[in-house]
Amino acid sequence: MKNLDLIKFPFSKNNPITVQVLGVCSCLAVTAQLKPAVVMAVSVTVVVALANLIISLLRNTIPPRIRIIVQLVVVSTLVVLVDQFLKAYMYDVSKQLSVFVGLIITNCIVMGRLEAFAMSNPPVPSLCDGIGNGLGYSVILVALGFVRELFGSGTLWGYPIVEKLGLYGIGYENNGLMIMPPMALILAGIIIWIQRTRNKDLQED
Amino acid sequence: MFDKIRSFIDKIKPNFVEGGKFAWLQSTFEAFETFAFAPNTVTTRGSHVRDAVDMKRAMITVVIALIPALLFGMWNIGFQTSIYAEEWPYELGTAASWWYCLWFGFLRMLPLIVVSYAVGLGIEFMFAQIRHHEVNEGFLVTGLLIPMIVPVTTPLWQLALAVAFAVVLGKEVFGGSGMNFLNPALVARAFLFFSYPTHMSGSSVWVAADLWGSDAVSCATPLGELAAGSWPSDSAWDLFIGTVTGSTCETSVLAILLGAVVLLASGIGSWRIMLSVVLGGGAMGVLFNLIGANDYMQLPFYYHFLMGGFMFGAVFMATDPVTSAQTNKGKWIYGLLIGAFAVLLRVLNPAYPEGMMLSILLMNCFAPLIDHCVVASNIKRRERRIAAVANERKEAQR
Repeated sequence: MKNLDLIKFPFSKNNPITVQVLGVCSCLAVTAQLKPAVVMAVSVTVVVALANLIISLLRNTIPPRIRIIVQLVVVSTLVVLVDQFLKAYMYDVSKQLSVFVGLIITNCIVMGRLEAFAMSNPPVPSLCDGIGNGLGYSVILVALGFVRELFGSGTLWGYPIVEKLGLYGIGYENNGLMIMPPMALILAGIIIWIQRTRNKDLQED
Repeated sequence: MFDKIRSFIDKIKPNFVEGGKFAWLQSTFEAFETFAFAPNTVTTRGSHVRDAVDMKRAMITVVIALIPALLFGMWNIGFQTSIYAEEWPYELGTAASWWYCLWFGFLRMLPLIVVSYAVGLGIEFMFAQIRHHEVNEGFLVTGLLIPMIVPVTTPLWQLALAVAFAVVLGKEVFGGSGMNFLNPALVARAFLFFSYPTHMSGSSVWVAADLWGSDAVSCATPLGELAAGSWPSDSAWDLFIGTVTGSTCETSVLAILLGAVVLLASGIGSWRIMLSVVLGGGAMGVLFNLIGANDYMQLPFYYHFLMGGFMFGAVFMATDPVTSAQTNKGKWIYGLLIGAFAVLLRVLNPAYPEGMMLSILLMNCFAPLIDHCVVASNIKRRERRIAAVANERKEAQR
């Protein structure tokens, strides 16, 4: 596949969340509000892209028996960097995300891409694959964060949009279920449902 | 009269069959035709059970079984208002006041029922149309059950949202009636319970203060009082009759038992499930009585049957033929666990004053597993028996 296709592929038929069903844990945990969801999405994209690039450069020198450990070391280093960056420049969001930044290390999307792609492909396609999968993950995270914050808290990026529209005055109320993690699973399920209905290739019998 | 309807239907029928002008409305047409008349098509292949009790008759029997609870619930809405509201046009206790209670409750209940049916059936018809299925009758019951288990002051838009959520994500996403693994009516209630806890907290309900306005009086339910640490102020007899605060139609154990008689006599509700839910709840209640660590545990175990939605759940929710266990032994396990979990949740978790809804939903999830285990153990037992018989024969031949 061409590099551009590698970036586009995870948006449609190979989305890490809706098709590969990876990285669901963080998708439930950080999408109650839009801002942490976006920060998380960017962090994961950076980590996947760089880890893919580095592992791809090292791929011929890594002994197969210890490859997982080598991958983990690379990923951990990147995650620590991201974590420190967030703590330095976006302290409040970093506190909100708490352990979930650290847990990017164990995010299945990262390990999955390293194992499935970077270990056997040259650096440039690997970088593209990492960016593509990171963005595929981001799209779902941002969509969930948008819907959950809008209907759950009545705000968007912290801006009280529902209040400004005056909806509370006519009896509207925020939906408490939206803030709970199960709703993220249900919303992701709805996205999967729509995607599979529209895309016959993804339907299994 | 009937001839005229029949001939009218026959006249417009060609429009709706394949190739007709309105062929895309075929499912809708068929739903109304079979609703009015018994279908004249017969199955030509395969073996089928021939029985007068088809889906439509089974569903209508459940609706009939719900009528005592519905009528009592309507009356109780008015009765509670007459106690708590500031203005009431008749002197309390008179016959005029009694009838006005029923009328008041009817008027408050009607919008809930209309919204529930309109939204639910609308979605059902839409999905049937898209999928070219027949419209299923299951919603006739679900659509009535949902308004019966919510507080009377539930805003209509919230009810509509909950019904839509329950029908789409509780049922249609799995393939429609008969394919769902959760009871749709309880999904709707769970949605309301978690989404809008201020309206549905379970510890208190809102008694309508006037006929059309949204003014309401907040009153603790017996379960809410218990969760807050005091015994219910209503007597056991009041709880049995149902003249207490609560969701619209679940307060009267008496009316629910009348419905249970209808279900059991017609064989539509499973007596195994009803009995085992009561036994499970009772056993758990007795166990707590024996522990007796706090006031709630010391509450006589039979109070659990009288309060909240326990009996309503046991009779109308747990027995749902689609979401309950199918095997006879499985039904016992399923029912016992529902009763036990319901009482466990009530007593040990004050955040959820009413455990019946969550306990039935939980066991709905486990019903297929229970059935699987029952069937597997049955197969194993019979295999052992075959092996034993084979061994005996071998021995005998020697």
